[in-house]
Amino acid sequence: MTMSEGDLAVAKIHFVRSATIEAKPPPVSMRGAVGWLRENLLSTKFNIILTLLIALLFAWIVPDLVRFLLIDAVWTGADRDACREIVQNRAIGACWPFAFERWPYFVYGSYPIPERWRVDVFFSMLAIGVVWLLWLGAPRRGLVSVYFFVVLPISSFILLTGWKAIGLQPVDTVLWGGILVTIVVAWVGIVVSLPLGILLALGRRSHMPAVRLFSVIFIEFVRGVPLVTVLFMASVMLPLFVPEHLSPDKLLRALIGIALFASAYMAEVVRAGLQAIPKGQFEGAMAVGLGYSQMMRLIVLPQALKITIPNIVNTYIGLFKDTTLVFIVGIFDFLHTVEVSRIDPKWATPVTSTTGYAVAAMFYLVFCYAMSRYARATEARLAKSERR
Amino acid sequence: MSIDLPAGSPPARVAFYNDPKVRSIAYQVALCAVIGFLVYEAASNAIANLERARIASGFGFWHTTAGFDISQTLIAYSAQASTYGRAFWVGLLNTLLVAGIGIVIATILGFVIGIARLSKNWLVAKAASGYVETIRNIPLLLQLLFWYNAVLKALPEMRDSYKIPGGIFLNNRGLFVPEPIFGNGFSFVVIAFGVGIVGSISFYVWARKRQEQTGQQAPVFSVALALVIGLPLAVLALSEFPLTFEYPQGGRFNISGGIEVLPEFAALLFGLSIYTAAFIAEVVRAGILAVSHGQTEAAYSLGLRAPPTLRLIVVPQAMRVIIPPLTSQYLNLTKNSTLAVAIGYPDLVQVFTGTVLNQTGQAVEVVAITMAVYLTISLATSLLMNVYNSRIALVER
Repeated sequence: MTMSEGDLAVAKIHFVRSATIEAKPPPVSMRGAVGWLRENLLSTKFNIILTLLIALLFAWIVPDLVRFLLIDAVWTGADRDACREIVQNRAIGACWPFAFERWPYFVYGSYPIPERWRVDVFFSMLAIGVVWLLWLGAPRRGLVSVYFFVVLPISSFILLTGWKAIGLQPVDTVLWGGILVTIVVAWVGIVVSLPLGILLALGRRSHMPAVRLFSVIFIEFVRGVPLVTVLFMASVMLPLFVPEHLSPDKLLRALIGIALFASAYMAEVVRAGLQAIPKGQFEGAMAVGLGYSQMMRLIVLPQALKITIPNIVNTYIGLFKDTTLVFIVGIFDFLHTVEVSRIDPKWATPVTSTTGYAVAAMFYLVFCYAMSRYARATEARLAKSERR
Repeated sequence: MSIDLPAGSPPARVAFYNDPKVRSIAYQVALCAVIGFLVYEAASNAIANLERARIASGFGFWHTTAGFDISQTLIAYSAQASTYGRAFWVGLLNTLLVAGIGIVIATILGFVIGIARLSKNWLVAKAASGYVETIRNIPLLLQLLFWYNAVLKALPEMRDSYKIPGGIFLNNRGLFVPEPIFGNGFSFVVIAFGVGIVGSISFYVWARKRQEQTGQQAPVFSVALALVIGLPLAVLALSEFPLTFEYPQGGRFNISGGIEVLPEFAALLFGLSIYTAAFIAEVVRAGILAVSHGQTEAAYSLGLRAPPTLRLIVVPQAMRVIIPPLTSQYLNLTKNSTLAVAIGYPDLVQVFTGTVLNQTGQAVEVVAITMAVYLTISLATSLLMNVYNSRIALVER
């Protein structure tokens, strides 16, 4: 039997759908909160055990932590009696009035009280600089580096140490302390280590044997020894190496130690960036007739530093944490002021130490975490321009 | 366009001060001169300053009697009879002790947390990343002070010690554990242990060879367990237990006998291990992520289950990425152990750069020796690393 064209047109094909069936939702056990739980927490026997263990761990730690920091904590009081279990007849958590009362000391150290506005001005100038740097749409961003590397160092040096001629009483660095010293040490380290690190990194890749040798010896020596010994060297050996009348004060010695230490690490970070620049960039720069400094300044370093920013920030985080080590050579940084305050008889209770350390931990945690978020955000932003 | 040069004219010359060779030599001479001048100035100032302060120089102090006590000594040492040189070795051994144990703990903890961060279990991954983010962002010194002052020093006094079953005492002066006393026949147990290790290695080699030839598998793990643990235990039983324990005796103010673990040591060990573990976890995570996903998928498509995939495919490739930064973390831990000086654990820096320097005043010699020790450790490690790296580096074709 044969079928003509007309037959086909007439024949109604009932078994072919003209529209697709609506997709059915996945079963209840695979979607929503239940599905998420099954997928992420309870997928296998082993996973169920792990989930239970971690949940138990949290159940063990979190309530105690909340009770200590908030529920049982003391919020007001004049001295140690407010935070003593024997006096108060109840369980005592953190002793916050201790931290509140000591807060000015934590911030300024022994900086003379009538002069503390100068520290506040310094902090605000620094904050302006940081905002300027981080706010991508800010006006005149090209001047940030001048502000950071020239204006701020000079003006804050005058502001903090004092200058009789313009009516600022000199303040001896022995009186500096607390967060002020932490910020000063970290910031001097940051400002000095980047240019010095770039120079050392260039020196290490230089074709001149003497320059290369010196850079390698410096970098490997400093990276091979602990910061504590560098600080010891700066504080006990440096005074020997200069004429007696030029002997630098204690804070300056520590600053020199920290800055040199940070430079060696920065040099290695920058070197990694330089190595990632393809040879063609160097050759191209030379082929258009640029000299060494022009090639580095205009072609190589902008590219190398750009890909290194996250690592530079990570080095800064390490530097910020390392500022606590000036404690060991007797400088009153933030941690040292906490350490001195916690053994003050006025506030001596079993919970004072933990309270002080909790305050310090939160301070460092906030700063370092913020910096690491910034590093990650920058990495993501820079990666966008590389995407094709 | 062409430039007509008279035949035989010399090539264009630059002025001599623009010649790169001349310039490079001039720069290097200038650098050497500056450094030489600085070194000369520093040395002459140092000599003048030392003379004025009447401080001896040279290494004569090495053989002088120390006259101070050290709270933890692994080798015989006494304040009256031992020299500064001896004190140096005591400090160095204490540094190596805390670094060695710390490295083991930090590695185990770091691998567990690093793998946990990649877990499919949401809670486990979040807990691990919370650990890493918190610990990494708090300075080590603060953590050490916390462990020492807020945790260990807050333990009860000597007379209210926690008594842990097995003759262990815990109080704010330390942890007191029974000290094993090895009897006459104990050397046989040690020999049996050695035999066990050698035996299990040879069994492993044999089992592997047989598997490659015939495909038959052998129970390597249980045999090794029996050889390494069972054999020494059997010898111990046969030689009528030549092992006794000296238990610490609790008094009102003092505990005598047993091994004392100082709270300074424990705080330093906790602090270093917990801190370094966070960094090792990141190294491990990065190493595992560096193994491309295709490797795992290829292994699954060949029919391997998850554990052998991890053991045979992922870990060997990840180790290539993990080991170099892992070593630098070990170096960091060793260098960070110098923070012992803040809590009074008698490590090299606390004993030597602290006490010895204060007593002799010979800053240059003492700091130089201390730095030389750490420099030696660092350079030796990076030398070994370079050798290792060149051995495992991928051979590209």
